[in-house]
Formats: sequence, structure tokens, C-alpha cells
Amino acid sequence: MSAEFPSALILLIGAAVVPFVRGRARAAFLLLLPVLAFLHVLTLPHGEYGRYMLAGHELVAMRVDGVSLLFAYVFLIATFLCAIYALHVKDKLQHVAALVYAGSALGAIFAGDFITVFVYWEISAVAAASLIWAARTERAFRAGMRYLVVQLTSGMLLLIGALLHAGEAGTLQAGYIGLGGLASYVILAAIGIKCAFPLLHNWLEDAYPESTPTGTVLLSAFTTKLGIYMLARTFPGTEALIWIGAAMAAFPIFYAVIENDLRRVLAYSLNNQLGFMVVGIGVGTELALNGAVAHAFADILFKSLLFMAMGAVLFRVGTVKGSELGGLYKSMPWTTGFCIVGAASISAFPLFSGFVTKSMVMTAVAGEGHVGVWLVLLFASAGVFHHAGIKIPYFAFFAHDSGKRCEEAPRNMLAAMAIAAALCIAIGSLPSVFYQLLPYAADYEPYTASHVVDQMQLLVFSALAFAVLMRTGVYPPELRSINLDFDWTYRRLAPRISAGVAYMLSAALRTGSACASSAGRHVAGRVFRHRGPAGVLARTWPTGSMALWLMLMLLAYLLLYYL
Amino acid sequence: MDDEKQYWLDRPANVRRIYLGLWLFALAWLLPDFFLHKHEDVDFAAWLGFYAAYGFFACVALVLTAKALRRVLMRPEDYYER
Repeated sequence: MSAEFPSALILLIGAAVVPFVRGRARAAFLLLLPVLAFLHVLTLPHGEYGRYMLAGHELVAMRVDGVSLLFAYVFLIATFLCAIYALHVKDKLQHVAALVYAGSALGAIFAGDFITVFVYWEISAVAAASLIWAARTERAFRAGMRYLVVQLTSGMLLLIGALLHAGEAGTLQAGYIGLGGLASYVILAAIGIKCAFPLLHNWLEDAYPESTPTGTVLLSAFTTKLGIYMLARTFPGTEALIWIGAAMAAFPIFYAVIENDLRRVLAYSLNNQLGFMVVGIGVGTELALNGAVAHAFADILFKSLLFMAMGAVLFRVGTVKGSELGGLYKSMPWTTGFCIVGAASISAFPLFSGFVTKSMVMTAVAGEGHVGVWLVLLFASAGVFHHAGIKIPYFAFFAHDSGKRCEEAPRNMLAAMAIAAALCIAIGSLPSVFYQLLPYAADYEPYTASHVVDQMQLLVFSALAFAVLMRTGVYPPELRSINLDFDWTYRRLAPRISAGVAYMLSAALRTGSACASSAGRHVAGRVFRHRGPAGVLARTWPTGSMALWLMLMLLAYLLLYYL
Repeated sequence: MDDEKQYWLDRPANVRRIYLGLWLFALAWLLPDFFLHKHEDVDFAAWLGFYAAYGFFACVALVLTAKALRRVLMRPEDYYER
């Protein structure tokens, strides 16, 4: 197939075929599709293909370069891993939604103009919402609705921004914009929602933990990375992003420490990792941009791995609440091991993937002289180890024994986790091979003696802090609870305000209508008296009486005439 | 549960061993600071034990702050369903 053919169509057409294939054939088909798409992507030469005209603007379906290829590779690896992980699922809806979601995400990565991006974004939003709804609970339905409203808003803002931008700059090409002018702010807001900027973030923590065990894994891979990808395309080197990213890296870890639902803890740590990428894009040097996209690549793998481990727990035990779990290493030793690899990767332990990707961003930030931001990111690095690296495995698999006993995760889930874990270790152990995939020439060596020692000190002493707080009983226990976040404003505050306004309006209406109706009744009463059914003017009179009156009038006329 | 296999971690004495082992492991990572010449982009990062102290106190501060935040933010599980 040529480069004119959009790779996304392989998955999208495949999704349409899935409902008609059954049993082992379907399993084989689901595994084959991402492999076929991957082979197609491997053949793509750099350049722009699939051009078409729309209302005088040239649109580009396939923009192939270092950045889009890197994201395409990791998206297809994630699709393949999720296909293995979900092989046991009988629900056709989930398979179709997963393929449409992955296909539209791939389409959005290759799209070279805002209109094509918009179309793929909207398809991916609907497919992702279907994956959330697939849990088939009331909570999931509501969370999916909120997710859909937020994502469609993001898409609409992108479209409005793109049209404004076309008016200002005369092009729809999804290239560098930079802050300045209304269009750029609208587009940044659209991308900011996808990237989960602070205050625009809550759809992520709200919706992802409500999906099915398999659905959440796929969700964690794509939507936010579509945002990061577009941000890297349109706003590299925008200084405001450094501050936004630093805030993003820091604030979710406080929530992660006190959150009980372990998949929601992972959603908060996903938000925190996105912060590192946003900072990297904000710094905008080649090293920083390499770091941002490399970290996106690594994050998709280790975050999928962690969500897979928690999904396996949910699948076997029926809950992922820290307050209900503990001691599962006895029942699920393999899942425990894979989870620890994921935890070590997100925590950036030497030899694991996070170490070789996040450090590029850290070095770039320090190198550009942003010492304050560097300290915030260092705090976030220690914090992410604390809540994702230690808390997740500790409360699920160790801590006090909950007495829960279950089977080990199904073999397909273990296989997917094993591959993801192997990739995390491969990237971390052989960075020079991985760095060749990066868009800019990478002259960066992560394994220096001082870097390894620094990182080990940071992590080991963070672990020590956890152990000390745990032994002294200071560490807050896992409690059955939720924590208020920004979603409170639209789930509680706004409905209350609108209910209050509605109450006041109806009260005003009642008073107004009372006055109006008393005045109205007065007028109506008069009209009714004269013209109502019993009124003088509406009375039906007998024909005889009319004839009598007529005769009397004629008689009177006659009399008057003679007089 | 009584007839179940006893795991190594089930014994509190072993958990204490891990705890002490972690202290020794952590302190051992401070040793390179005495003879390693560090190349740092930020001046004060080269101070002896900077990363160790920062990691430890950052996490203690994180946990204490988060614990305090619970008083303001924590609600019952069915808060939004009521």
C-alpha cells in the first residue's frame, strides 16, 4: 500500500468487520490489524501525502515525519498490547470501540491540517465515551457523558480556533502557531483540555477509572497524548507552558496520596507525567522536545502496564480500592512483579524507561536556567515515586493482608503485561537504540555516574520517607472516600447555582403571574359577564321574541309616521 | 486461613529486617558523594546529600500536606450520588 493510503483506515475498516467475525478468527483478526497497520507505517517515507482540497484550502491526510512516526509506533504498540490484554472479552462493542478509538487516534497523529485533526478528534471522543459506557454502570454512564461533553467542547474549540487562524494566517496547516492573537488562545484552550491543563484536567480523573478493566488501559494511552502531540506541533517554546506544566506535575500528586481508588491514583499520576511533557514543550529546545516526546512514548508503555496490573486486580477481585485490598502478592505473584516493573519505570529508576526519558526534560530545564521549575519537577519526581511507585504496589499487593484470595490474572493479560514490562526495561537499558527514533539528533547520555547516584539518592530516600511514615503511623490510611476536585464546580456548584436561579426565577414568575392573573381575572370577569355563555350579548334569543320586537318596532314606526 | 502457607513477609520480624535494610541501603547511597566529582547544571545540587535530603523531606511534606488536605476535600464515597 502506498503512503497516500491513511494508515488509520486499516484499523477503522477493520473495526467495521469485527462484528461479523467470531471465536478464534476474531481473536486472530484483532491481533492482526495493529500488526498490519504497523507494517504499513514502517514503509512510509517522510513527506506529505493524501492531499485534498476543501473550500479552497489544501488538507493533508498523511504528514509523515520523525514526530508523527514516533507517536504512530507507540500508538500501534499500545493497540497491539491492549488487543492481547482484552482477548478474553466477549463484548463486541468494546472491541469495535477500541479499534475505532485507536484508528482515529492514529489518524489524528498523521493529520497535517486542523480540519482533519478535528474530524479524528471527534471520532475518538465518541469511541472513547463508548469504552467508558461499556462498563454498563450508572456511574460510568454519567462519567462517560461528562467525558463526551468535555471532549466535544475541545473539538469545537479547535475548529473555531482553526477557522479564526485560517482567517488570520491564511492556512489550515497544523504547524507552529505560538501565542498571540485570539485564534492561538482558542486553539491552546482546545489542546489544553486534551492535555489536562490545571482546571481543565478533571475529565481525566473523573472518567478513566469508571471504564472496564480493559477499556481504561486503552484510554490512558491515547486522548492525552493526542493533546501532547498537537501541543508539540503548535506551541513549542511557549514560555507559559513551562509554568502550566510545572503546576500540572505538582498538584495531582497531593490528590494521588489521599485517593482510595487505585485506578484514580494512576489517573492523577498520568496527569502529573503530562506535566513533565508540557514543561519540555514549553522549554522548546531540541533536547527538551526530544525529552517531551520520548517521555510520551515511555509513559504510554509504563502507564498501560500499571493500568493493566490494576485492571487484572479489578477483574479478579472486583475492586481496586486501596481500603479493600492488600496481600494479593500471594494470589497474583506475576501481576505483582509486572506492576513493580511499571512502578520502577514511572519512578525513573536507572535501567527502566522513565530514567532515560524524563531526565532529558530535567536537564533541559536546568540547562535553560529555570531553577525554580527544576525544583518543582524534582519534587514531582520524588512524589510520583511515592504515590505511583510505592503506593500502588504496596496497597494492592502488600500492606496488611486483606484475606482476599483469587486466581492469577488470565494468561492473555499476563502476556500483555510481560511484553509491556520487557519494553520498559529495553528502553531503559538500551537508550541509544531508542534515541535513534527521536525526531532530533540526540546527543544525550543518561548513564553518567553522578546522574545515577543523584537519582538513586532521590528515590531511595523517598522510599525511606514512606517507610518511616508507615512505621510511625503518620501515613494517612486508605479510607473509603472520594476527594473534591475541580469537577465539584460542574457536578455540584453549577447545578446548585442553576437550581437556585431556577428557584428565584420561578418565584418571580409566580409573583408576577399572581399580579397579572388578578388583573387579568378582573378584565376577564367583565368580558365574561357581557360576552360569556350567560352574558347579555352572547345570549341566544328565541326567534319569536325577535319577531315580536321587530313587530313592535314597525308598529312604533307606523305610529310615528302618522303622527 | 490458618492452614494456609506461611509467607516470609507474614512474619513481623522479617518486615523489620526489610525496614532496617532499607535504612542501610539508603545511607550507602550517600557514600559516593564523598569522592564522586558531580557535574550539575544547578550549583546547589552538588552539595553533599542534596538529592537524599530533598527526596526525604519532599515526601514527608507531601504526605503531611495531603493528609491536612483531607480535612477540606474528603467526602463520603456516594457524595455525588446523593
